[in-house]
Amino acid sequence: MPSPAATLSRRALVLAGWWRRLEDPGPPIGGRAALVLLFLPPALLLFTLFVALPMAEAGWYSLFRWNGYGSPSEFVGLRNFRLLLDNADFRTALVNNLLIIGVSLLVQLPLALGLAVLLADRLRGTNGFRLIFFMPYVLAEIAAGLIWRFVYDGDYGLLAKVWASFGAAPPQVLADPDWAMSAILVVIVWKYFGFHMILYIAGLQQIDRTLYEAARIDGATAWQTFSRVTLPLLGSTIRLSVFFAILGSFQLFDLIMPLTKGGPSNSTQTMVTYLYNFGVTRMQIGFGSAVGVVLFVICVSFAFGYKRVLMRHD
Amino acid sequence: MKRSKLLVAATGLLSMLAAPAQAATVRWLHIEQNPDVAAFYADVARRFEAANPGTTVEMQYLENESFKKKLTTLLQSPERPNIVYSWAGGVLREQVKAGVIEDITAPVNNGWRERFNPAALNLYTINDRVYGVPMLTSQVGFFYSKDLFAKAGVDGSTIKTWADLLAAVKKLQATGITPIIAGGADKWPLHFYWSHLAIRIGGKPAFDAALRGEGKGFASETFVRAGEMFKELADLKPFQPGYLAATYPQSAGQFGDGKGAMMLMLNGVLNTMKANAADKVGIPDEKMGWFAFPSVPGGKGAPDDTLGGMNGWLVTKGSPKEAAEFLKFFTDAQNQRLAAERGYYIPVVNGATEAVKRPLLRMMAENVGRSKYHQLFYDQMLGPSVGAVVNDVSADLAAGRVSPADAANKVQQAWQQAN
Repeated sequence: MPSPAATLSRRALVLAGWWRRLEDPGPPIGGRAALVLLFLPPALLLFTLFVALPMAEAGWYSLFRWNGYGSPSEFVGLRNFRLLLDNADFRTALVNNLLIIGVSLLVQLPLALGLAVLLADRLRGTNGFRLIFFMPYVLAEIAAGLIWRFVYDGDYGLLAKVWASFGAAPPQVLADPDWAMSAILVVIVWKYFGFHMILYIAGLQQIDRTLYEAARIDGATAWQTFSRVTLPLLGSTIRLSVFFAILGSFQLFDLIMPLTKGGPSNSTQTMVTYLYNFGVTRMQIGFGSAVGVVLFVICVSFAFGYKRVLMRHD
Repeated sequence: MKRSKLLVAATGLLSMLAAPAQAATVRWLHIEQNPDVAAFYADVARRFEAANPGTTVEMQYLENESFKKKLTTLLQSPERPNIVYSWAGGVLREQVKAGVIEDITAPVNNGWRERFNPAALNLYTINDRVYGVPMLTSQVGFFYSKDLFAKAGVDGSTIKTWADLLAAVKKLQATGITPIIAGGADKWPLHFYWSHLAIRIGGKPAFDAALRGEGKGFASETFVRAGEMFKELADLKPFQPGYLAATYPQSAGQFGDGKGAMMLMLNGVLNTMKANAADKVGIPDEKMGWFAFPSVPGGKGAPDDTLGGMNGWLVTKGSPKEAAEFLKFFTDAQNQRLAAERGYYIPVVNGATEAVKRPLLRMMAENVGRSKYHQLFYDQMLGPSVGAVVNDVSADLAAGRVSPADAANKVQQAWQQAN
């Protein structure tokens, strides 16, 4: 099979040719309809094939007991969902997801905003700092997870060395069910604050400088300037960043796998790692699909609810 | 990036076009981490190619854990490998039921069957059809560093009962030595404790009764008691710091580096330890001690019952006949003798097992040969979903996060749900 990228780029070239022919001499109205007819099907097809269909399939599979071989045949109704809600590890995963959202909103975003305010002005060196803070976000999740696994390693890690230099026994954070989740939360904040910082910097640069000048002339304090000028005018950016933070928190997976795989004792599962560990690796695809459906319902109702209520003016 | 993708696509297309022109390609997926053993595999493959002009054996490698997780999807893909690794047991049963494994009864009956110990081949036979061939057997037992034991004044050869083991753990701890290394993040290294205790306590009858669903099944006295005795050990905190975050290869390396005195593992650890030790050597054989899993007072299992594997190879559905031919070549006594002589593993091919010279392996080969009850690893035997629960509760028992009775109940529940 040719790679999808190759097919796509070829298709794009062909379409570009048609576009040119259509654009030059063609009548405006017929051209528009033809364009829609031309451009809609590929996108619609891709969306149906890779988004809508798998989702519908997952919904269908979730009603079966199925190990992934052949096609599902043992219909069990809503049993998978019942098992899921009874499962203590799934509840842990759900709580962990909420915890990640909490920390993202209460720690990560304020930190990102603070740094953005400091770095928004074009002063010497700000670019360097922006780069440094943005760096973790550029790293692949797996790489970041592995790096932090080394940092946390109780024998050879950075953390162990720091502890040892004080003469203390090094902690084994990732092996301790009571600490592992906190350790992961630190990594999450480290990994993603740079992304939100850049969003805020972009937002801050949209704000009219003269407003600050006016505030200064009126004798506003730094805090007043921030709370009366910056925050309100940054509103739409903040709402967007909160949206990304929450949705990203629900979908967290690839950072956790290299760090703990959801362990120890399933104390660091999120819904997606739970889906993988209890659905895919145990060959319980029906059950895993039920997790996927629950996750989907949560994400979709959040996304639509949030857009409708908080982002309706953006 | 884009160019390389195109290149990959192009070569993929080319190879698809080119495939029918030449003779068969056998894609062989293995999980061997030790470079020496992998080189041995490659050597056999090259010799097979030389003997069968036009046939290509393409070797593919996946790490143990990734292999287990990707296999279901892989087996249903048209690009599936032709030969895959197997631990037999419940996973094999599901694969056969799904129809993704080739029935190789005919070639096996054609002068190939005689090579194997019948009990070993039996594990790859389902409803009288043969779906794979065994390659190696293994035994789970305690490996220990003779140096560290000597330092603590513990004599490994005198550890016969569970109480002896607990006493040795305490003695090692008193000398400041970590008694046991375990790869708790992968969980299955810890399930050896629970399942081997069950084998000692209830013997074959208890396991068979649980499989048949008699009485309380896996929630019965034997399995609760196994949890309780495992807890006695876990309560002493015998494992290395951070064992719950250590993977199996990592822990094998730690053991090789002398971070702890013993490790309950199958003999494959000798290879894994070597590959993962800081100095790529680990504990040399002359400094490595071994004792069988201790017996328990009043246990129904015989002290020489063994827990281990009977690992082998499967041919996947729709593979060219060369795949089975290659396996036949691979399991030839002469080739297996090479592996035996070099001490890579314990082959199950007649005439090769005897060639094992490495004393540690030789001893285990004899143990398995003598054993009247060789139990396959529970996590493989019980199938993927129940096996994972066994591994889960074993790790939780070690961490003290589940009671022995709850652990046994969870396994029984999973067993009922799966069957």
